[in-house]
Amino acid sequence: MDQEESAVQTEEHPHVAGYGELFRIILALLTLTGITVAVSYVHLGFFNVPIALFVASVKSSLVLLFFMHLKYEGRAIKVSFLCTIAFLFIMISFIFWDVAFR
Amino acid sequence: MGAQIDKIGIRTGMWLFLYSEIILFGGMFVLYAAYFHEYPKNFAESGKELNRIIGSVNTVILLLSSFTVAASITAIQRRAKKLAISLLTFSILCGATFLTIKYFEWGEHIRQGVYPNSQVLQNGPPGNNIFFGLYYVITGLHGLHVIIGMTLLSISLVFVLTGRVNENHFSMLENAGLYWHLVDMIWIFVFPLFYLVL
Repeated sequence: MDQEESAVQTEEHPHVAGYGELFRIILALLTLTGITVAVSYVHLGFFNVPIALFVASVKSSLVLLFFMHLKYEGRAIKVSFLCTIAFLFIMISFIFWDVAFR
Repeated sequence: MGAQIDKIGIRTGMWLFLYSEIILFGGMFVLYAAYFHEYPKNFAESGKELNRIIGSVNTVILLLSSFTVAASITAIQRRAKKLAISLLTFSILCGATFLTIKYFEWGEHIRQGVYPNSQVLQNGPPGNNIFFGLYYVITGLHGLHVIIGMTLLSISLVFVLTGRVNENHFSMLENAGLYWHLVDMIWIFVFPLFYLVL
C-alpha cells in the first residue's frame, strides 16, 4: 500500500526546515518585536507609524518565507501571493489617495 | 489501491483560502487607516488606554507558538512523533493563553464602560468611539480566528497521536500550520496599529 502510494505521489516534499534555521528566525522575530516596542517609546511624531509598520512588514516576511515555507514553494504560490499583496497595495494606496484629497 | 494525493494542490488550495483572509483583514486595516487619517489625535489618545506590555506579551506568545508549529512539522517529517506532539500541545496552550489574556483585557475595558455602543463612547469624541469600535471588531475577529486555528491544530494533534498524520502524510498539519501562521501575522500588524500608535 505504501509503495503504491509513493509511486503515485505527485511530489516528494523536498524541503524540511531545520530546527536551527527556525530557531534563528524566532530569535530575529523576538528581536524585531523588542525594537518596535522600544521605538514606540521614542517620540518621532509622524514617523512612528511608518517605522512600526515597516518593522511589522519585516516580521511578517520572515514568518511567510520561513515558517510558512514560502521561500521554498513553487512559482504558482509565490506569484499568486505577490498578486494578493499587489491588490492590497492598490486598495490601501487608493484609499489614502482618496481620503487625503477630500 | 492508494488514492492519488496531490500534495501541492492541497497546499495551493490552502494558500488561496489564506489570500481571502488577508484581504478580509486588509480591508479592516484600510478602514483603520482612513479613520486614523481623520482623527489622528483621538486615535493616539485612545491608543494610550491599551497596555503596551500586555500587547507585547501576547505578540511574543503568538510568535513562539508559530515557531513551535513550524518545528512540529519538521519533527513529523523527521519521524520524531513525541517531539511533534509536545510542540503542537505547546502551540495550542499558547493560543489558549493568548485568549485568556485578551479576555482580561476586554473585561477591564468593559468594566470601565468602554465597549461598543456604550454611554462613555457615545458621549465622548467620535474619534475615540471609532478607535474602540475598530479595536473590538478587529481583535474580536482575530480572536475568532485564534479559536479556529486552535481547533485545526487540535484536530492535527489527534491525527498525529493516531498516526493518521505521519512523515508521509502531513498535509493536515501543514495546512493547520499555515492558518496558524496567518493568525500570527495578522496580530503582528494589529499590535503596532492599536498598541503602539502613540
